[in-house]
Amino acid sequence: MPALPLDEAGKYVAGAYIVFLVLIVVYVAIMAAKVQRIEKELRELAGFAETRANGDQVAPEREEVGADV
Amino acid sequence: MYGKGLRSLSIATVAALAVSLSLVFFYAPLDADQGFVQKIFYLHVPLAIVALIGFVVGGVFAILHLRSGDSRWDAYSYVSIHMSVIFGVAVLITGSIWAKASWGHWWVWDEPTLVSFLIVFLMYATYYPFRYAIEDRERQARYASVFAITAGAFVPLNFMAVRMAESLVHPRTFATANGGLPGEMMFTFLVSFAAIGLLWVTLVKFELTAKSASGQLKRLRRALDAPGPGSTSRVAPEVS
Repeated sequence: MPALPLDEAGKYVAGAYIVFLVLIVVYVAIMAAKVQRIEKELRELAGFAETRANGDQVAPEREEVGADV
Repeated sequence: MYGKGLRSLSIATVAALAVSLSLVFFYAPLDADQGFVQKIFYLHVPLAIVALIGFVVGGVFAILHLRSGDSRWDAYSYVSIHMSVIFGVAVLITGSIWAKASWGHWWVWDEPTLVSFLIVFLMYATYYPFRYAIEDRERQARYASVFAITAGAFVPLNFMAVRMAESLVHPRTFATANGGLPGEMMFTFLVSFAAIGLLWVTLVKFELTAKSASGQLKRLRRALDAPGPGSTSRVAPEVS
């Protein structure tokens, strides 16, 4: 086939590069959603760990009080 | 651990892609035969080569996994194959667009280069159902490694077979017998190849970092869910 004129070839070239860009953007978006989910879970766990640590600090005092009684 | 150097790698990748695109559209000369549509070459061919190398790299990591039993290598192998499958999708789509522009058809079934790449791609597409059909994590990793090694060995064999086969329409660009690329085109191609290679490495590292963070999170959740040795005596009375 003879070479396509620039106006016609431009559509195909743009199409190929846009497809590549879209694929990369979709992949990065999926990974970003994944990282956000990890961050959210990490926040929850940090909160849980803090609550538990506070509980651990309070508990020995009660044990001591109980032992005195 | 996996995230170390990811930021500088990402910056290098974006810079390399920008340089590569500038060279493709402002430096590389127009092809005498195909004209402007040949610009797809600088995207399609590096993607294909990087995808195929990635499949082989996945196989090498799988060998390391089977030799050492270290699950880290299995993760490397899985992510390498995963990224190469994504690049494979890009190769097939950009190739089809180029084929339509150059040959007037989206796909040519009697062309060995096209069909062989499709076979390799479809073979690796079965990696996921094969891997996740096995529930036991150790067995899953072991079987997936065997698959990755076998398929990885098939890739260069397949490549050589295609190079030896009679080509109908797909060009043999790097064949020395019929001339190669002119210097400016070759330079642009090499920069594009480096940029796409860097992109592959960056995305593999990115996914490994996310996977590692997810794994650490699961470990943390398990550790927090399980009652600690000292905590049972102190926390349990409070609950009751």
